[in-house]
Amino acid sequence: MTDLSSALQIAAPEVTLAVGGLVLLMIGAFTGEKSTRLVSGLSVLLLLAATALTVTGPLGQAFGGTYIADPLAVYGKAVIFLSAALAIVLGDVWMHRNNMAKFEYPVLITLSSIGLGMMASSGDLISMYMGIEMSSLALYVLAAYRRDSLHASEAGLKYFVLGALSSGILLYGASLIYGFAGSMKFDEIAAFASNNPGPGLIFGMVFLIAGLAFKVSAAPFHMWTPDVYQGAPTPVVALFATAPKVAAMILIARVLIDGFNLAHFQWAQVVILISLVSFAVGAFGGLLQKDIQRLLAYSSIINIGYALLGIAAGTEMGVQAMLMFMTLYVIDQFGFFAILLSLSRNGRPIRNISDLAGLKQERPLTAIALTVLALSAVGIPPLSGFWGKFYVFGAAADAGYWMAGAAGLVASVVAAFYYLRIIKVMWFDAAETEVKTDKAPAVPQWIGWAAAAFAFPVLLVALTWLEPLTKAAAAGVGVG
Amino acid sequence: MPHILSIVTFLPLLGAAAIIVASLLNKGGKEAAAPAARWIALGTSLVGLALSILLVAQFDPSNTAYQFVEYAPWFAGAAYHLGVDGISILFVLLTALLVPLCVIASWKAIEHRVVEYMVCFMLLATMAIGVFTSLDMFLFYFFFEGTLVPMFLVIGIWGGANRIYASYKFFLYTLLGSVLMLLAMLWMRHETGTSSIPELKQYAFDPAVQPLLWLAFFASFAVKMPMWPVHTWLPDAHVQAPTAGSVMLAGIMLKLGGYGFILFNLPMFPQASEMFTPLVFALSVIAVVYTSLVAFRQTDIKKLIAYSSVAHMGFVTMGIFAGNDAGVQGAVFQMLSHGLISGALFLCVGVIYDRMHTREIAFYGGLTARMPWYAAIFLFFTMANVGLPGTSGFIGEVLTMTGAYQVSTWTALIAASGVIFSAVYALTLFRNVMYGPITNPKLENITDIDKRELLIFVPLIIGTVALGLYPNAILDITGPSVEALTTAYRAAIGG
Repeated sequence: MTDLSSALQIAAPEVTLAVGGLVLLMIGAFTGEKSTRLVSGLSVLLLLAATALTVTGPLGQAFGGTYIADPLAVYGKAVIFLSAALAIVLGDVWMHRNNMAKFEYPVLITLSSIGLGMMASSGDLISMYMGIEMSSLALYVLAAYRRDSLHASEAGLKYFVLGALSSGILLYGASLIYGFAGSMKFDEIAAFASNNPGPGLIFGMVFLIAGLAFKVSAAPFHMWTPDVYQGAPTPVVALFATAPKVAAMILIARVLIDGFNLAHFQWAQVVILISLVSFAVGAFGGLLQKDIQRLLAYSSIINIGYALLGIAAGTEMGVQAMLMFMTLYVIDQFGFFAILLSLSRNGRPIRNISDLAGLKQERPLTAIALTVLALSAVGIPPLSGFWGKFYVFGAAADAGYWMAGAAGLVASVVAAFYYLRIIKVMWFDAAETEVKTDKAPAVPQWIGWAAAAFAFPVLLVALTWLEPLTKAAAAGVGVG
Repeated sequence: MPHILSIVTFLPLLGAAAIIVASLLNKGGKEAAAPAARWIALGTSLVGLALSILLVAQFDPSNTAYQFVEYAPWFAGAAYHLGVDGISILFVLLTALLVPLCVIASWKAIEHRVVEYMVCFMLLATMAIGVFTSLDMFLFYFFFEGTLVPMFLVIGIWGGANRIYASYKFFLYTLLGSVLMLLAMLWMRHETGTSSIPELKQYAFDPAVQPLLWLAFFASFAVKMPMWPVHTWLPDAHVQAPTAGSVMLAGIMLKLGGYGFILFNLPMFPQASEMFTPLVFALSVIAVVYTSLVAFRQTDIKKLIAYSSVAHMGFVTMGIFAGNDAGVQGAVFQMLSHGLISGALFLCVGVIYDRMHTREIAFYGGLTARMPWYAAIFLFFTMANVGLPGTSGFIGEVLTMTGAYQVSTWTALIAASGVIFSAVYALTLFRNVMYGPITNPKLENITDIDKRELLIFVPLIIGTVALGLYPNAILDITGPSVEALTTAYRAAIGG
C-alpha cells in the first residue's frame, strides 16, 4: 500500500492532469460552449499546478521502474507543461477570431500533455509507447481542429496516417528489442546491450530511432511537417513546434544514451545521419517557401537536426546542450507564433511572408521583435539562437564530430537566407496593400515582445541560471 | 581612468540608446527627432574620439603586453576580456576618427529614417571597436558577427537601386566565412581549455591540425578582407551603400580581416602560416594585378574605388604573411592609411553624388572649371591612393614590398607592377571626371564643396600627409608589438 502511495506521489503531475482533464471535460460537456474561457483558464491553472508538482515533487522510480522522475524528466516536463499552457493562452485569440470557441481545445491540450509528460518520464518500452500514443491521439484531433477547412482536414489526415505508420515502425522495433534483450526496461536493455549488442538488437534500435525521428520531424521522416504546419491552426502549430518535440528529444536521449549506453558507436551513426539529412532538407527546403508557417516547418526540421547533434555526442555535455538548445528554441518559436497570431489585415491572418511588407512603418515594435527573433534563428551572437548553437556545436566538437558540426554550420548559412527574407520584407519593402494591420490583441503581442526581449538582452542574465539548471538536469545521463 | 576601454567600446551603444530615448520622447514623431538624433550621434562619437586619443596618449608603446586589461568571467567558459596592444590601439583610434566623419557626411545625405540610421551606425561603431579590443576569442566572435546586422540594414534600407541583392550577398558571404571560424574556435577551446587570446598565442598547436584551423580562420578573414577570389561582395555592397556606409566598409570593416590575420593566423598557427605563405602570396598578387585591371574598366566611380580597395588589401595580406618586421609593420600601416584614403575617396564620390545623384563616370567631365577646391582635394587623395611619396599610401606599399622582397623576390616584383596599374586607373578616372570641357549641360550649375564638406576632409588630409612625412608616429607605437609577434613567429618556424 505504501508502495502505491509513494508511486502516486512520484507520478502526481500526470495523475493531477488526468483527473483534472476529465473534470474539465465534464464541465465543458455540461455547460456547453459558453464555458470555453472558463475551461481554458482552469486548464492553464491545472498545467501550472502540474508544473509546480513536477518541480517540487519527490524524485525516484514508480510502478516497478516504468515511470522515472529524475532531474532530466523534471526539467523536460516543466518546459512541456509551460509550453502547453502557453499554447492554450495563445489559442484563445485564435478561437475568438475564427468563431471556433470550443472547450475541447484546452481539454485536448491538457490530455496530450499527460502523454507528453509520460514520454519524458518513461522508463520502459511500454510506458514509452503509451505516452507517445496518448499524446499523439490528442494532437491528431488538434491538427484537424478546423473541421470545415480543407487544409486542416488534410493536415489532420496526413498527420494521423503517417503517425500511425511511424507508431507501427516504433512498435516493431520495440518488439525486436524485447525479443532479443528479454526485457522492456531501459536499464535492463542497457545491461544486455553491453554484453552483446547483436544484429537483432541493433535492428530493433534502428526501427525505434526511425519511429521517434518521425515524432520530432527529423528528415527523412519529416514529410508530414510542412503540410501540418500550414494547415493546422497557428496556436496548435505553436504547440507542435514545442512541447512534443521537447518530450520526444528527452525520450530519444533516455532510450539511446541510457538504454543503449554501450552501443553508442552504433546508434550515433544513425543519429548523425538523420541530423545531416535534416540539415540539408531544412536548409534547402525552406528557401522557396512563401507561407510563413511552412517556412517555420522547415526551420524546425533544421533545428531538430542541431538538437540531435547534441544527443549524438552522447555525453552529459551533449544532453545539456540539447536541453539548452531546445529551451531557447521553444522560447524563440513561441515568439514567432505569438507575433503571427497578433497580426491580421482586415480580419485575415498573415499567411505569406510578403504580407509582412511595410510592418516596419505600421508596427515598429513588433517588426523589431520579429527581426530579433529571426536574427536569433540565424544564430547571430549574442542572441539566444547563437547560444543554443554554441552549446550544441561545442558538445559535438568535444565528442569529435567535426565534419557533422561543419555541415550544420554551413547549413545554417543557407538557412540564414530565408530568415533574412523575413527581415528584408519588413524593413526594405513597401507595403503591397493599402489594408493596414488590425488592432493587435494584447496577449499574443506581449508574448511576442517578451520572447524577443528574452532573446536579447534578458538571455545574457538568464543564461547564468539556465546553465546550472540544464547541467543538473543532464547530470548522470551520459555514455560510459 | 578605470575601465576606459569598456567606455570607449560601449560609448556608441550608449549613444544609440540615447537616440532611441530621444526619439521616443519627441512628440513630433520620429522624423522630428532627426536633428536630435544627428546631434547625439555626433556628440557621442566626438567624445569617443577624445577618449581614444586619451587612450593613445596613456599607452606605453615599449610594453609589448596587453594594456588597459579588463577581465570578468562570463559563462560557458568565455570571459569578458578586453585589452589593447600597439597594433589594435591604432585601429581603435582609426574607428573613433571615422565615425564622427561619417556622421557629418550623412548629415544631409540621409533624409528619411534618420533615427534608425544613426542607431545602426552607433551599433556598428561599438561592434567594430569591440573587435579590436576583445581578448577572448568568443567575445571577438560576438563583435565580429555583430557588425553584420547593422551593416546589412544600412545597405538594405538606405542603399541604391540594387541594394537588396547587395545586402544579401554581403551578409551571406561573410556569415559563411564566420561559421567556419566558430567551429575552429570550439575546437581550440576543446583542445586547450581556454578561450583567452593571449594564452592561446602561447599554446603550441599540433602542426598536423594547424592547417585545418588556419584554413577555417582564413575562410572568415579572407572574405572580410576581401581577398581574390572571394571579393565579389565588396563592389556590390559599396556601390549600393550610402556614402557613410562605404566609408565604414572601406575604413573599418575591411580592416577586421587583416587584424584577424595578425591576431589569430600568424601567431597561433605559425607552421601552417609558413606552409600557406605561397598560397597567400599568389592570391595577393592576383588581387593586386587583376583587380587593378578590373578597376580600369569600371564605369561607376564607386565600383572603381572598391576594386582599388581590393588591390590595396592585396598588399596587406602579402605584408602580413611575409612574417617579418617590415612586412607586418607595412601591413598595419597600409591598413591605417587605406582607412583614411579610401574613406576620403568615397566621401569625394559622395560630394558629387549628393549633387547629381549619379556615379557614372561618363556623366561627368570638366569639373575643375566649376569645382576647383573639390578638384584639388580629389587629386590629392587620388595621388595618395596611387602611393605618391609624401603621402601615407607610399609608406605602406614600400614597407609591405620590402617585407615580401625578403621572402619572395618575384612576389614583390609582380606586386610592384600593381603600383603602376593603380596609377593608370586612378589618373584615368581623374582625367575623365575633372578635365576637359563640360559636355554635360546638367553640370553647368554644380557648386563647389561647402564648409561642412570641407570640415570632413581636413582631418583626413592632415592625417594622410602627416603619416606620409612622419611615419614613425605610427611605427613607433606598433614597433614593439610587431617585433614581439614576428620574433615569436620566426622562432616557431625555426627561421
